[in-house]
Amino acid sequence: MSESRPRTAGLKLPSFLELSWSRVFAVFLKELVQMRRDRPTFAIMIMMPIMQLLLFGYAINTDPRHLPAVVELREDGPMTRAFLASLHASTYIDIVAIARGPDEAEAMLRSGEATFLISIPQGFERRLVRGERPQLLIAADASDPVAAGGVIGAVERIAQSAFAPEFQGALSYLARPPPPYEIVVHRRYNPAGVSAFNIVPALLGVILTMTMVMITSIALTRESERGTMETLLATPISPLEVMIGKTTPYIGVGAIQVAIVLVAAALLFRIPFAGSFLAFLVAVTLFIFANLMLGYLISTAARTQLQAMQMTFFIFLPSILLSGFMFPFRAMPDWAQAIGTALPITHFLRIVREIMLKGAGFADIVGDLLPLTVILLTLATLALLRFRRTLD
Amino acid sequence: MSDDIVIDVRGLTKSFGDRKVVDDFDLKVPRGAIYGFLGPNGSGKTTTIRMVCGLLKPESGAGEVLGFDVLTESPRIKERVGYMTQKFSLYEDLSIRENLEFIARLYGLDRRAERVDQALVDLGLAERQGQLAGKLSGGWKQRLALAACMIHEPELLLLDEPTAGVDPKARRDFWDQIRRYSAQGVTTLVSTHYMDEAVQCDSIAYIAYGKKLIDSPTADIPSRIGLSCWRIAGRPLMQAQELLEQSKGVDLVARFGAEMHACGKDAAALERAVRAVKQAQPHVDIERIEAGFEEIFIYLMSGSIDNFQ
Ligand SMILES: Nc1ncnc2c1ncn2[C@@H]1O[C@H](COP(=O)(O)OP(=O)(O)OP(=O)(O)O)[C@@H](O)[C@H]1O
Ligand SMILES: [Mg+2]
Repeated sequence: MSESRPRTAGLKLPSFLELSWSRVFAVFLKELVQMRRDRPTFAIMIMMPIMQLLLFGYAINTDPRHLPAVVELREDGPMTRAFLASLHASTYIDIVAIARGPDEAEAMLRSGEATFLISIPQGFERRLVRGERPQLLIAADASDPVAAGGVIGAVERIAQSAFAPEFQGALSYLARPPPPYEIVVHRRYNPAGVSAFNIVPALLGVILTMTMVMITSIALTRESERGTMETLLATPISPLEVMIGKTTPYIGVGAIQVAIVLVAAALLFRIPFAGSFLAFLVAVTLFIFANLMLGYLISTAARTQLQAMQMTFFIFLPSILLSGFMFPFRAMPDWAQAIGTALPITHFLRIVREIMLKGAGFADIVGDLLPLTVILLTLATLALLRFRRTLD
Repeated sequence: MSDDIVIDVRGLTKSFGDRKVVDDFDLKVPRGAIYGFLGPNGSGKTTTIRMVCGLLKPESGAGEVLGFDVLTESPRIKERVGYMTQKFSLYEDLSIRENLEFIARLYGLDRRAERVDQALVDLGLAERQGQLAGKLSGGWKQRLALAACMIHEPELLLLDEPTAGVDPKARRDFWDQIRRYSAQGVTTLVSTHYMDEAVQCDSIAYIAYGKKLIDSPTADIPSRIGLSCWRIAGRPLMQAQELLEQSKGVDLVARFGAEMHACGKDAAALERAVRAVKQAQPHVDIERIEAGFEEIFIYLMSGSIDNFQ
């Protein structure tokens, strides 16, 4: 055997982990140029967050009116009548029936004839005057969380203005806050009550999942279908170099999407950014990487671009349904929670809600950063192992 | 192993499904040689070349290319080999220059801009370097691919039908370049269906149905096959052809424009057949000629492969 040529110098890595930044950069640049030339795809990646925000934003901004309500009335006094009159006058709700018993009212709520049940219990006025803070019950069909949120607020305001004229003279002690009654809200069918504030940060997770997974899922299949894979594989490039070179350009796209959503959240929806921005940046970077790896893994498995798209949609469904975006995570059956836990978006949704809405910092999100990192590393390893270095 | 054998593979075998596409293939190519790789469509040339450069894993067999094991050291082999694919496989949505720069970066070349400039000038594409590769004509794509696989100055060129669809002038330039490389010690394994190219090779390996049937210096091939040949010209050629095709001793009748070549392994039987045709059609001229590569390989490819080796 000839000894004239030096073999790989230094550390002996398994050949699929060889790493030359020159080769990574070659692929990186090539992807950037191709992305720039592929205008429609690039436009979709930028338009997608804007479109989704507008669609959901429109839904969030609608001021729901004339929602059918059933009133369960077990009391008949001057204050109750004043309250009822105000309800009738309100444009937020239309009283479709006055129920005499709880069963009748419940049945209407269940059948959808009414989206609200407002219940005034027996002895309400008497207990009110005594300062016992009786309950005014609102049961809302919260499967449309936006509508429910709006109306609950409206009912609170109506109650306030209806009772105010009554709390005069001898009853003026009732006018001091807090209100002498307690409004109890039962959200039916969507106990977590996903609110507008919840939706926009979560939308960031959905948008990133959709675009990042979709775009990398065709990273390799496109090369195979166009025949360029043969050129690529005939060079000494290693699987790790291909993976890094092919996924990193899309971090830029992800960053643009994040910026769009954050700006819209602040300007359009006036959502405060309560927590640590640094923690957010770390989390969103990890999340983008995890999605890129998920897409790339699909790309090592799919044989055609069509297959890659189908597999991508196979990921979308649980990402939307089982991540806590659509349904409250804790309310799902165990098997659904298990699937959800394996998805990057589940952890990101928790992190982003914690940070943006609840003002969390690093310490609060470690419990979700860790699983996100594990998912990322697992996906990357699987993708590296699956990468076919030959045309077989 | 001798340092002067650049390709030394033994018993390479590859199946797709249950069909053996390459069967027990041996090849030894010395340094600096131009080795022609011939065979009918679907005979396994592309598959063999892919196994040699590590793009396909042979299911059995072993070998070294440039001193590196084909099974375990393919990244080292790929660094030193220029492989030109049969089908254009550069990036159609990158410009000519971007394609060359991409390849140059993948091989980690120094003086990259300079090399790319030089390649563009050699190609005669310097003015069009910004044009997308996908917009090039077929022949120009072929020439670009050739330039791309040579940009890192490989020690071994594996060229899969590099001149298919290339005009005669460019083909001549290409072969001049291959011979210059060869003089510098670069080895070439080139598959082709053009006989005028086959004769330019030092040696030829001929493969059919995945089996190597001939492997010998080009000059020895006519005598090894031992094909006799007659030229028949004049009129009426069609009738003469029909007569010949039915005659014993005529293994091959091939039209070359206004004349016809009749060839056969059995020289005496062939001569009888040709003279009989002359008798039936006195207006045709007959003449004994040397069998050319064209006739030899048409003969080989027409399935008469049973009675040699
Ligand atoms: N990836 C593959 N999967 C299945 N069959 C294949 C594959 N690649 C090649 N084949 C089959 O293997 C056989 C040999 O193909 P190959 O491309 O090696 O022939 P070739 O000699 O290069 O032919 P040509 O002169 O037409 O280029 C063919 O029958 C082909 O159909
Ligand atoms: Mg071929």
